[in-house]
Amino acid sequence: MSMMSNVVDWIDRRYPMTQVWNEHLAQYYAPKNFNFWYYMGSLAMLVLVMQIVTGVWLAMSYKPDAELAFGSVEYIMRDVEWGWLIRYMHSTGASAFFVVIYLHMFRGLMYGSYREPRELLWIIGVLIYVVMMATAFMGYLLPWGQMSYWGAQVIVNLFSAVPVIGPDLGVWIRGDYVISDVTLNRFFALHFLLPFILAALVFVHIVALHKVGSNNPDGIEIKKGPKGNRWSETAPADGIPFHPYYSVKDIVGVAGFLFLFAAVVFFAPEMGGFFIEYPNFEPANPLKTPEHIAPVWYFTPFYAILRAVPSVAGSAFPGVVAMFASILVLFFLPWLDKSPVKSVRYKGTLYKVLLGLFVIDFIMLGYLGVKPTTDLYKFMAQVGTIYYFAFFLAMPWYSKMDKTKPVPERVTQ
Amino acid sequence: MLTLTVQPTRGVFLMSTDGVDLKKRRTLTAATSVVGAVGVGFFAVPFLKAWNPSEKAKAAGAPVEADIGKLEPGQMMRVKWRGKPVWIVHRTERNLADLSSMDSSLADPASDVPQQPEYCKNPTRSIKAPYLVAVGICTHLGCSPTYRPDIGAADMGGEAWKGGFFCPCHGSKFDLAGRVYSGMPAPTNLEIPPHQYLSDAVILVGEDGGAA
Repeated sequence: MSMMSNVVDWIDRRYPMTQVWNEHLAQYYAPKNFNFWYYMGSLAMLVLVMQIVTGVWLAMSYKPDAELAFGSVEYIMRDVEWGWLIRYMHSTGASAFFVVIYLHMFRGLMYGSYREPRELLWIIGVLIYVVMMATAFMGYLLPWGQMSYWGAQVIVNLFSAVPVIGPDLGVWIRGDYVISDVTLNRFFALHFLLPFILAALVFVHIVALHKVGSNNPDGIEIKKGPKGNRWSETAPADGIPFHPYYSVKDIVGVAGFLFLFAAVVFFAPEMGGFFIEYPNFEPANPLKTPEHIAPVWYFTPFYAILRAVPSVAGSAFPGVVAMFASILVLFFLPWLDKSPVKSVRYKGTLYKVLLGLFVIDFIMLGYLGVKPTTDLYKFMAQVGTIYYFAFFLAMPWYSKMDKTKPVPERVTQ
Repeated sequence: MLTLTVQPTRGVFLMSTDGVDLKKRRTLTAATSVVGAVGVGFFAVPFLKAWNPSEKAKAAGAPVEADIGKLEPGQMMRVKWRGKPVWIVHRTERNLADLSSMDSSLADPASDVPQQPEYCKNPTRSIKAPYLVAVGICTHLGCSPTYRPDIGAADMGGEAWKGGFFCPCHGSKFDLAGRVYSGMPAPTNLEIPPHQYLSDAVILVGEDGGAA
């Protein structure tokens, strides 16, 4: 035996190294018909790692103190060697994370990846999304600019709108009567903690994925199909080993992604005020409200829903409920879809049109969320909100009415 | 010589269920779990309480008392509450009479936007009609407006000016109830903080005894 295999053998007797490698990579059979949309999962993991690494490096120079925070970010930008790159990678990474995750979720929506037996996989995914939003929200306070401050003010006030316990809840979250140094310090601690929770959830997400196996653009269960491929007689005929086939494919995705990512980091890190909002170049001032407060783009569809719902008896609570409900409804998606087929490829025109409208609706809400309210915009946001909820809540009916096509036995190329 | 030989009792190491009282075991397991859960609950308290405002934050955000005993009609005094200026204005009989005539030139004469506690949603925006208590921060961009009680001031629009506040930064005008004129940069009326009367001469700003 060679030296190398001796070492491997020594480890394998103490830790299932080869076993894990085979079960999850070299002998993990994924459907052979993955397309572009299947890049997003691995890209999301890449961005998470990048955010953790750049984030830890930023934390080495950042000061979570209301007096020092804004200055320390400028210090990172100007005086720390390569600090500007690390900071722009982190700020661009936050937006890239949401781009990739929205595409990843849309993939699931298109191909029915949330359907039985992947309900729990989907639920863990939605949980990851919720934790991501909390992480991003807390991170946005840290530069302690005007939009950091007033954005946090608005969002924390959402919790204050809860009847009875609201005002105390708001004070409890802030640790003060206004957003202050206390809030900044605590958000920094949580912003540092949550990514590691995210990493743990991603691990659980993958464990669940490898238990049930990947879905594919045809929505066909390859494990239920014929057996036997080039590598194994018992593996699904429509499966190919993840490594090297998809590990190599994913590298192509990574190259393409980094191309675009680098273009943004180097040439448009502020992205016209969408990735870093202009009022954030001014230090937080509790006595001066910016003329127009808008959250970062990835929250704006939900912000539009919040503003679309009128106050009842002077309380903004119904809007807050609608906003949270618009996210929570995703958890129930696996049980709302009653279609006999999974993938949009075999669903009827009805679903295709409704899904297309849903994408347009989500983008429209996102646009309305960055704009100041006018009567027309408010009306559009209300229509958009109704459609958003109708898409999900009417699904049990329209997914049954929809005329589906027969699903083939084997996956298509 | 005395030799002591210890024989391990083998039965202990065997997983025998003979003579095991399963009912008692379940009860003990349940009792231990409940006690454990209660313990976790208690242990969580310090961590949750640590998020409440610290003594320092509470001291900085404490309500402030204002002595209005010597405040003559027409005068204004300022107190500082949570880092913000709070005005207390003693309005004259004439000022109060003028308030109702202002409605047509105001953006929100009935104070429909909740910029005041419920108990101040009235024509004078106050608990006691003569005394206006308001946060002296313009609702536009946070400058502090100036007090202009001089009725008919030429630079404030002459005859139409019944006294009020003028924000020097962007020109927003407010009447003597802190209500914004229509067409101003400021979107809403001035904020009325929670407050209460401790006696006829003392106002407590920042605390209303849960009346809000």
